[in-house]
Amino acid sequence: MIRVKNIDKSFSGKIVLDNVSVSFESGKTNLIIGRSGSGKTVLLKSIVGLHNIDNGEIWYEDVLFNRLNFTDKKEIRKKMGMLFQGSALFDSMTTEQNVRFPLDMFTNGSMEEKLERVNFCLKRVDIFNANKLYPAELSGGMKKRVAIARAIALNPQYLFCDEPNSGLDPITAILIDELIKEITEEYSMTTIVNTHDMNSVMEIGEKIVFINEGIICWEGSKHDILKSDNEILNDFVFANSLAKQLRSSQK
Amino acid sequence: MRFLQELGCYFILLKKVFSKPEKSSIYYRQTMHEMVYLGLNSVGILSVISFFMGSAITLQTAYNTENPIYPTYLIGLGCRDSIILEFSSTISALILAGKVGSNIASEIGTMRITEQIDALEIMGVNSASYLILPKIIATLLFNPLLTLISITVGIIGGGLAGTMTGVITPQDFIYGIQYAFIPYYITYSIIKTLFFAFIITTVSAFQGYYVTGGSLEVGRASTKAVVYSSILILLFNVILTQLLLS
Repeated sequence: MIRVKNIDKSFSGKIVLDNVSVSFESGKTNLIIGRSGSGKTVLLKSIVGLHNIDNGEIWYEDVLFNRLNFTDKKEIRKKMGMLFQGSALFDSMTTEQNVRFPLDMFTNGSMEEKLERVNFCLKRVDIFNANKLYPAELSGGMKKRVAIARAIALNPQYLFCDEPNSGLDPITAILIDELIKEITEEYSMTTIVNTHDMNSVMEIGEKIVFINEGIICWEGSKHDILKSDNEILNDFVFANSLAKQLRSSQK
Repeated sequence: MRFLQELGCYFILLKKVFSKPEKSSIYYRQTMHEMVYLGLNSVGILSVISFFMGSAITLQTAYNTENPIYPTYLIGLGCRDSIILEFSSTISALILAGKVGSNIASEIGTMRITEQIDALEIMGVNSASYLILPKIIATLLFNPLLTLISITVGIIGGGLAGTMTGVITPQDFIYGIQYAFIPYYITYSIIKTLFFAFIITTVSAFQGYYVTGGSLEVGRASTKAVVYSSILILLFNVILTQLLLS
């Protein structure tokens, strides 16, 4: 479980996160939703330690992560996998080398063992015959899949996904969402996904946290979200005309 | 104030760079790769420039010492000392600041804005050390070799230009380049090269590592890397010359 307690974060005096407290459950796909600029990415990057928070506490199980020194943080980070918005694959490495990188860095297995693991991870995300391709030669969906394969190479305990289906067509987006959910269940990971895509919310959201202007406005499940009387949340959830029509027809 | 802040950030980055590597075998492989990428790939351009600079130095020395009281072998001596003392270390470093420095800044800067550096950090890799240390080691090892190549090619260029234009005979040129030779000048040149290699790599990496924004900012970081490296090279040239030759 990951717990965030009373965290504040500001950039050049502008408050981006204001006294945020939330917990993310193990073995579940936790979603952080909100409009662009609401503070989702800053919250996610603060949780993983890419941003130093101004105040508050971030707990990974019983470890107070934000007070650890660089070396101790590294130990927790070895248990993390992250899928970035732009995939963040290493341009100079092939697909195979990208997935092998964490294995090269942190394991002492033979090359055969590492390649076996690489092929297993690539197969798990349905990537075939692309071992020798560079990121520039892959489609957007393939890049996301390879990034997931790299993220799970070391069997992480925590998976973080920042806008995993941004820039993807609806079908590929659903496939990526399903993949994240399957992997979360398969490895009993604590997964946190940042998204503003309502399809993702309805497909994979087990616990949903709605953030608006740096403040947590609502928490609940995908079943609760449609029944909420929170106006700001409803403006977000029923933003498009199709959703609005459905809602008015339900009423 | 901003200068002091940047200076502080630079030294904090250096502290991160020189911390214990995660896995030496990976760093060794990266260093070998950087030696080829930053060092070996610069041999061609540096040789061409050194050849023509050596030629120009010889001809300029010859046309400015057209006096019967000066023996012609002094042209060879002038060519040799200009190349060893200044051209092959300082001017070559300025050329490398343009080629290698902008390359390092744009490579690391692009990795920063495409979140590749964040990806390294999330994996628990010390990104500063992984990306910058192999470049520093590679340039510190390879740049002295580049200086020696530059000296050799520059003197050959000078000799060929001098003899082909008829301003000096091959015998006089060879005598000139051997006359009153001080081996310490080579040491001086290599010491300067080591300082310049460190400046080019760390200043450029610093500019790239802390870039924020998009491709425009990466371009700016690349330009800053070349400008700041060049100024520091010239500043340290004066300081080292005073310290090593006085």
